[in-house]
Amino acid sequence: MYTKKVMDHFTNPRNMGDMDNADGVGTVGNAKCGDIMRIYLKVENGIIEDCKFKTFGCGAAVATSSMATELVLGKTIEEALHVTNKAVMEALDGLPKAKVHCSLLAEEAIQAALWDYAQKHDITIEGLEPPKETDHHEEEEEDF
Amino acid sequence: MDKKIYLDYAATTPARQGVIDEMLPYFGEYYGNPSSIYEFAQHNKEAIDKSRDIIAEAIKAKAQEVFFVSGGTEADNWAIRGIAENYKSKGNHIITTKTEHHAVIHTCDFLKKNGYEVTYLEVDADGLVNIDDLKAAIKETTILVTIMYANNEIGTIQPIKEIGKICKENGVIFHTDAVQAFTHIPIDVNEMNIDLMSMSSHKIYGPKGIGALYVRKGIRLRALIHGGAQERNRRGGTENVPAIVGFGKAVEIALPELTEESKRLEKLRDYFIELVHEKVPYVKLNGHKTKRLPNNVNISFEFIEGESLLIMLDMKGVCASSGSACTSGSLDPSHVLLAIGLPHEIAHGSLRVTIGISTTKEELEYVADSLVTIVARLREMSPVYEDYINKEIESIIETKYNLEGVI
Repeated sequence: MYTKKVMDHFTNPRNMGDMDNADGVGTVGNAKCGDIMRIYLKVENGIIEDCKFKTFGCGAAVATSSMATELVLGKTIEEALHVTNKAVMEALDGLPKAKVHCSLLAEEAIQAALWDYAQKHDITIEGLEPPKETDHHEEEEEDF
Repeated sequence: MDKKIYLDYAATTPARQGVIDEMLPYFGEYYGNPSSIYEFAQHNKEAIDKSRDIIAEAIKAKAQEVFFVSGGTEADNWAIRGIAENYKSKGNHIITTKTEHHAVIHTCDFLKKNGYEVTYLEVDADGLVNIDDLKAAIKETTILVTIMYANNEIGTIQPIKEIGKICKENGVIFHTDAVQAFTHIPIDVNEMNIDLMSMSSHKIYGPKGIGALYVRKGIRLRALIHGGAQERNRRGGTENVPAIVGFGKAVEIALPELTEESKRLEKLRDYFIELVHEKVPYVKLNGHKTKRLPNNVNISFEFIEGESLLIMLDMKGVCASSGSACTSGSLDPSHVLLAIGLPHEIAHGSLRVTIGISTTKEELEYVADSLVTIVARLREMSPVYEDYINKEIESIIETKYNLEGVI
């Protein structure tokens, strides 16, 4: 059901762990839907020097957060803002339809961490919205 | 991966060799249509009757009260929709529980949308129905009570005899989905006042695609599948003879072994539950500790999610299942786990291990050891566990269930 890349990032997650004195931390998702992602950032001169993640969730949730950290590492804040869920999915060679919400969560986790960084350092990042509580699961409509 | 440890016997079972051997001639050799008049085909009719006799005897019923269907789901659909339709003039109220199989719940939901009134009884923290709740729910318009014999996810066995007695006293028809219980625990439809009962073959080492519905004599149940005169005009369609033969054989093999095998499984079950509690902290057994199917273990691991757990187990060659939302493909974790009051985060971290004829003590020890490393690894990755370690949140299992890795 998962691609080789997803399985690889699930079994050997990159940048997994926490971070002391992170410049920005973002946690998204909730236990109700079964996925929680946390991203830690270290930013120096506008460049993401280090990035770590922790994830409570399914295989796709772990893999998307792992991939998201890889995609933003070494990037400028501006570039990191453009790491979309689509980019994460493509980098993983795709996700099952039911798991697309995991990639959205990964995108939001990065943005939430950037938001936290901006708040803590009293700066404005253009185009960055404050994180909001969202639920990416689509309610299944059943009709008989 | 050369190792395979199959621990999902509640999902399905392998057909036994004896079952396969019995079935094989009915594909190429005795292929005649049982409805045909010539002697060649009559042999198949006899084969069907033999299976029917075996199944009837297994539940202390009469042969003419057993109808072959495509499986447990059809049996549930037929029983519930059939009674609802046939007894409409008497009333429109159906009583069920919140922990039924989807074949029952969704059939009841369907009827509800079509003008029936459905009461979904709550269960307690172990998954048991409260008999007083049932008594209180029965009213003038109640035509059917449908409560499963034993739960497919948490293994809890309902007080079927008491439920049957209450239904009989109140003149209400009683259906039970016994798909998980059949040939695992002794069933006597008369002693338990069961009016209709669903059974399935592939859960008991028989072939897939075949099941049976027991219908007590005198119960009016019209056909759900219209067609020819098969199954005494009540279920159209040419009989799946090889499958019916295999189903009968599976029951014939299982019954004499029932007492001994369920004792063996119970011992293994309790050993595994104890082992996991000993080795892994923050775990909780779901379902009743003793009123439980001999083959069922359902354990929640706090701070982790079930699908990740299953994938990691799979990589170690272990086949199991989970009640997490991710494995069901829906928004919520298992309705059964939520019905017993588990918070979402605990329900997401559940693991169902169901054992069977090939399961050994060594296999379970291997799985328990695997769980130690897998759960530790997933907790290391979990932001929820991090919050717990940093004392930002409490352990739900410790506080709500007052358990600390101990039963």
